[in-house]
Amino acid sequence: MTDVLNALVLFANFVLVPGVAYGAQLALGALGLTMIYAVLRFTNIAYGDTMAFGAMCTVFATWWLQAAGITIGPLPTALLALPAGIVGAVLLCLLFDRTVYRFYRRQKAPPVVFLIASIGVMFMTNGLVRLIIGPDDRRFADGGRFIVQAREFKEMTGLAEGLAVRSTQALTLAVAVVVVIALFWFLNRTRMGKAMRAYSDNEDLALLSGINPDRVVFWAWVIAAGLATVAGVLYGLDKSFKPFTYFQLLLPIFAAAIVGGIGNPVGAIAGGFLIAFSEVTVTYAYKRFLSYLAPDGWAPDGLVQLLSTDYKFAVSFVILVVVLLFRPTGLFRGRVI
Amino acid sequence: MIRNGLLFAAMAAALILVGLFQSWNVALAILNLQLISAVMALGTNMQWGYAGLINVGIMGFAAVGGIAAVLVSMPPVPEAWRAGGAGVLLAGLALAATVAVTVLARSRLEGRAKMLATLLVVAVGYFVIRRFYDPAVDAIEAVDSARTGYLGGLGLPILLGWLAGGVAAAGVAWVIGKVALGLRSDYLAIATLGISEIIIAILKNEDWLSRGVKNVTGLPRPVPYEVQLQREAWFQDLAARWGQQPELFSGVTVKALYAVLFLIVLLAVYALAQRALASPWGRMMRAIRDNRDAAAAMGKNVKRRHLQVFVLGSAVVGIGGAMLTTLDGQFTPGSYQPLRYTFLIWVMVIVGGSGNNTGSILGAFVVWFVWVEAEPAGILLMEAVSAVLPRGSALSAQLMDAAPHLRLFLMGLILLVVLRFSPRGLIPEPRR
Repeated sequence: MTDVLNALVLFANFVLVPGVAYGAQLALGALGLTMIYAVLRFTNIAYGDTMAFGAMCTVFATWWLQAAGITIGPLPTALLALPAGIVGAVLLCLLFDRTVYRFYRRQKAPPVVFLIASIGVMFMTNGLVRLIIGPDDRRFADGGRFIVQAREFKEMTGLAEGLAVRSTQALTLAVAVVVVIALFWFLNRTRMGKAMRAYSDNEDLALLSGINPDRVVFWAWVIAAGLATVAGVLYGLDKSFKPFTYFQLLLPIFAAAIVGGIGNPVGAIAGGFLIAFSEVTVTYAYKRFLSYLAPDGWAPDGLVQLLSTDYKFAVSFVILVVVLLFRPTGLFRGRVI
Repeated sequence: MIRNGLLFAAMAAALILVGLFQSWNVALAILNLQLISAVMALGTNMQWGYAGLINVGIMGFAAVGGIAAVLVSMPPVPEAWRAGGAGVLLAGLALAATVAVTVLARSRLEGRAKMLATLLVVAVGYFVIRRFYDPAVDAIEAVDSARTGYLGGLGLPILLGWLAGGVAAAGVAWVIGKVALGLRSDYLAIATLGISEIIIAILKNEDWLSRGVKNVTGLPRPVPYEVQLQREAWFQDLAARWGQQPELFSGVTVKALYAVLFLIVLLAVYALAQRALASPWGRMMRAIRDNRDAAAAMGKNVKRRHLQVFVLGSAVVGIGGAMLTTLDGQFTPGSYQPLRYTFLIWVMVIVGGSGNNTGSILGAFVVWFVWVEAEPAGILLMEAVSAVLPRGSALSAQLMDAAPHLRLFLMGLILLVVLRFSPRGLIPEPRR
């Protein structure tokens, strides 16, 4: 019996907890991407760098607060700095919308043109982030490190395996739940949210019923930039802030949004967790897990790892391609580009 | 025509200015990468400009070309072959067999049986492959891992590697195209972006093939080494007659020789690309790009043509990638970054003029020039700014550190300005 418990704790420690945290981060990112797609109807390659920019603003605000001696006890100061980061990312997105995207929207340019323009925006944002904060790793996490420590857990339960829950992981989940509830409340209950869904569903009909397209686009950018910042900050707290990693996050986020059905918020959340758990489960070495469950002497020799950790991208990508080929609308019936 | 000539003349003048004011070594180094970038831009232009396919995976094909050059030119490692060659070959056979059986099963069966059979074959195949593959890879990587630890290449001249780079990239493109070309434009962009990351991940981690992040260095060269030249009597005479230091002059000579080789390849690819674009095939491609439904209604097989042009364009990019690895003299999978190898090439094509081969070459020249020269220019600018600031202030130190990143910002700005005010590029596609 203890063996089974040990195996379960081991699995929770290395797969379940990190998977949930990573899934929440991907889900938030995918939600923002899907909002841009639903309202503005283009694939935003610059999204990863928007995340980096928002996270960077938050890092600066955190440093400023830390220098001023303002903290919020066991919670990371970054939580307090988050609004400043969101404002920064929103301003950047609105600036690019006014100077770049609005022109093509008025022209009714094809989505490909938007995509290429977003490559230019990506270059500029990337350059800005590196100009301002530099390309190196930045730590900005503070407050309590762990909610449950492996050693305490072992002493408490008497099991051989420990379970560690970092406070950033719990925080990620809590923030994600709050943000998602707020977003769904906004989309389903407020006038603006309904207008946005109407606009996304049928632009002409929405315009005919007097919805102001400029305001819809404005709010779409605000929400997308806000979600990007929250996702970027949570990822940065969990791992560390490095501009380059945000570009690499773009692929799993795209995969999450498309697998769930692009333009569909519920799908984005489901897609985020699906991609995260696939990545973690496929690249986890099950040797110790199986040696608890298998009878004595049957323990596996190898690592029992399906794919080496370096092929994380490949997992999200393979899922993406399989879904695109067999169910192009995604799991939750999004749109077909 | 005159305008194009003037644009290229201005580019040449800029390079000559660099030669006079910085050094000829720098000017030739820029020229060499301009020529390579131009080849890659031509390949990208075939896909995007001719056929309207968005391939955001240029980096992957360039890397495939690079590894092909390595595998052709490096000497083989016999001990590694003895240790694990058979195992890797068997694993390859098992992979081929798995794919073949899967395809066969999928074509013969229907419904639920099809699904089950696919899963079963893939699962069994996976374990069979791992059975051969894992011990073989361990054995190969254990062979003198500080210096080799991989199978090595064929030991052939590296110029053959350029051809092999094209062929290898074409092969990879065929497989990718078969899977991904059915996707609509935006999805294709995301798919190719992902595939290029996977290709780099494979090259970084499959040490038995590419030595991974340990890099392959000391590739054979198609041109003599500087030290060889410096020892030759005739070369010393030539340097003396031109009033040059033999050491500096040998560097310039080697770079110039590379430039000649690259120029030959560029002109050959350009000539072929121009002929293709002007031929009925090129007309068909443009018809498919501008209205694929109408072209399909005229009986053109859109999917096949897309696959064809995707393979051709990728092959050209692969040749460029092989040339790049040759010029570097080493293969470093860790140095492949999408900003530099994918998106920069895209900026070249868009700035030069989508659909116009001459434009792509000019775009490659201009954009690479700006990319390189933005760094010294950025430092100059930052120096001017920090001259106003108090000496040794933290801000001025930060500004100097940041100067190299200015070029990313500049690239984005150039792309957006061109896209907005001259969307057809510096040399627009002629209206036919």
